[in-house]
Amino acid sequence: MINAVEASGVGRRYGRIWALRGCSVALPEGQVAALVGPNGAGKSTLLNLIAGLLRPSEGTLQRFGRPVSDRPEALARVGYMSQDTALYPTFTASELLRMGARLNPGWDDDWARERLTRLRLPANVPASNLSGGQRSQIALVLALAKRPRLLLLDEPLASLDPLARNDVMALLMQAVAETGMTVVLSSHIISDLVETCDWLVAINQGRVQVSGNIDELLDSHKLITGPREAVDTLPPRVSIVAQTITGRQASVLLRSGEHPIGPVWTVHRPTLDELVLNYLRQPEASVLPGPVAVAG
Amino acid sequence: MIHFHLDPRSGVSTYMQLVQQIKHALRLGLLEPGDRLPTAGEVVAALAINPNTVLKAYRELEREGLVTARPGLGTFVERTLGDASPVARARLGRQLAGWMRTAYGAGLAREDIEALFTAALREIAQEGVA
Repeated sequence: MINAVEASGVGRRYGRIWALRGCSVALPEGQVAALVGPNGAGKSTLLNLIAGLLRPSEGTLQRFGRPVSDRPEALARVGYMSQDTALYPTFTASELLRMGARLNPGWDDDWARERLTRLRLPANVPASNLSGGQRSQIALVLALAKRPRLLLLDEPLASLDPLARNDVMALLMQAVAETGMTVVLSSHIISDLVETCDWLVAINQGRVQVSGNIDELLDSHKLITGPREAVDTLPPRVSIVAQTITGRQASVLLRSGEHPIGPVWTVHRPTLDELVLNYLRQPEASVLPGPVAVAG
Repeated sequence: MIHFHLDPRSGVSTYMQLVQQIKHALRLGLLEPGDRLPTAGEVVAALAINPNTVLKAYRELEREGLVTARPGLGTFVERTLGDASPVARARLGRQLAGWMRTAYGAGLAREDIEALFTAALREIAQEGVA
């Protein structure tokens, strides 16, 4: 399997401040990857680097086995939707499509027009007069009509109400079903990602903390709850990611292993929220399969 | 055609909810051999979930011999679940509904009925009938 994105030791610095440092991740083709992390963690910087809109200050970055570049032929199959879904406010959907067709060699105009009709998006109303949800849907149709092999979405759901979020995700997931493209989407609302993403990349304080298949990550961790004094009796070889003490109760996220942990603990499989929050609370913990292991 | 609904608070993974709902439909005779399951695209359009989740559910059903994927055509129901004939099933369903009306009439709440039903199921299972 080929990696859609492979970063090795990638860093990006603005002046003296590193927005991203030592970033090594490999994302297999065909995955829908969630890029999560607190505000300012470096999510947008990483997306901009993958898109080729920024150059790394250090390290190497590849898309589909080739170094990232911003030459037209390299960008032809990369879609990118920025945080503010910048549509020209005076343009109608129909005019935006005509522009997209002129600017993009692989443009699928029939698909785009069929999609606008099916989503009941007004074709002849200026973008500034549409709702936020409609603007996002049009921006996504534009990004998809290019038929990208890799689609990068920066906070595509941030300003949308729950209904519009569902519509945008349904549109995106249908396109994934049709084409098998790779998607990287950033968000800090983890519940939006549970049903839609295969892969998780968590970044925190400019570093990649977790990268892996979501099912495998959840299967390889345990969330245990029990009396707080029992934490000290956990076998020394158990690998603790993070622990929270509330009153007399302790809640501990562990990496699963063969070590028996005693009957006082209630064990369950963590949810994606629990996994992410526990890691983000503990910036020095990480699960990072090497790029080689991921590719295999 | 089957319509899926998801319960995010059920604690059951999404793909397993799809598997269970199809099995449920097979048991109730809502899906019969030869019926086509909705495509991944159709399910995804309705539920906004990852298409791989749907494919995983269908693979699981295929592994159990309940459905068959015919490339380019879709996924089709192969066999049904539950041995009782449709007529017997309908009769038993009516009797159960009648019993439940009696239970409500006797002042039981929904939770009481569920508890009784589950306890009876467990008791029968211990006798080795089911």
